[in-house]
Amino acid sequence: MVALTLGIAVQRNLYAVVVLSGAYSFLMATVLVALDAVDVAMTEASVGAGISTVLLLGALYLCGGEEAKPLTRPWLPLAIAVVIAGALVYGTLGLPAFSDPQAPIHAHVVPRYLNEALKETGVPNVVTAVLASYRGYDTLGETTVVFTAGAGVIALLRRRKRRKDGEGQ
Amino acid sequence: MRGFLVLRVVAKMLMPFMLLFALYVQFHGDFGPGGGFQAGVIGAAAMIFYALIFGLPATRQLVPEPLVETMVALGVLIYAGVGVAGIVLGGNYLDYFVLAHDGVHGQERGIFWVEVGVAVTVSGVMMKIFYMFAGRGRGLDAS
Repeated sequence: MVALTLGIAVQRNLYAVVVLSGAYSFLMATVLVALDAVDVAMTEASVGAGISTVLLLGALYLCGGEEAKPLTRPWLPLAIAVVIAGALVYGTLGLPAFSDPQAPIHAHVVPRYLNEALKETGVPNVVTAVLASYRGYDTLGETTVVFTAGAGVIALLRRRKRRKDGEGQ
Repeated sequence: MRGFLVLRVVAKMLMPFMLLFALYVQFHGDFGPGGGFQAGVIGAAAMIFYALIFGLPATRQLVPEPLVETMVALGVLIYAGVGVAGIVLGGNYLDYFVLAHDGVHGQERGIFWVEVGVAVTVSGVMMKIFYMFAGRGRGLDAS
């Protein structure tokens, strides 16, 4: 993954960048499977590697595939990015160890979800039960976000049609 | 890609399995990994695959654009409708326990319809975005 990321950063041909990021998404999906997050891995593989690759290729078809050379060397953004990355890595040192059963996140509502979800909802997949039932409002909000994104894209890209209608009248 | 016979034949053979897999992910999401979002994306990916092989006009005939735009809004309405149904049947908004005589069955029913709503909206949005991108620059926007 590190090699892929470096490749994405160095590469100037945007088609290669899109293909590399698709491969990165597949690797990310395998990492998520290794972390037992199969639902998220499925989403990553289908959205990250599948649909967004196709959409980015479609966008490149419209606007050309070569990245322009930057005029100045972007040292300041690089420095800011390195500092923030260092802060984030430092922050992870304070987290509880991976899959520690005593971690605070596992002690609050998780036992209830894991023990009661099948009894209360009749759905064996706890992820689905939490998403659709316990956190139903959140998922409604997410669906609305997807709807809004679609409406926004429609509003942005439909300009040409309106102009044509205007010419016709 | 009209000329590539192998691609066309393989695509025709794969399409039913892709759509079937989308439905499997949708309806098996209660028991295994998956759910509305993943199923919607897989279904949309199948149609985008079809569009890549057989061209945009053929896909528009198969899944017309008004239908896709309706799906975008319909999914959210289904989801919100499940919530309103909870109120009508005497519970809170998005309260699934009142949707059937048995609370657990009500939960199953509510989750099922909610997932249907998510899948419909997600696949509609994905296909609409693809239509927009693919149709742009070809003079197909005004269809």
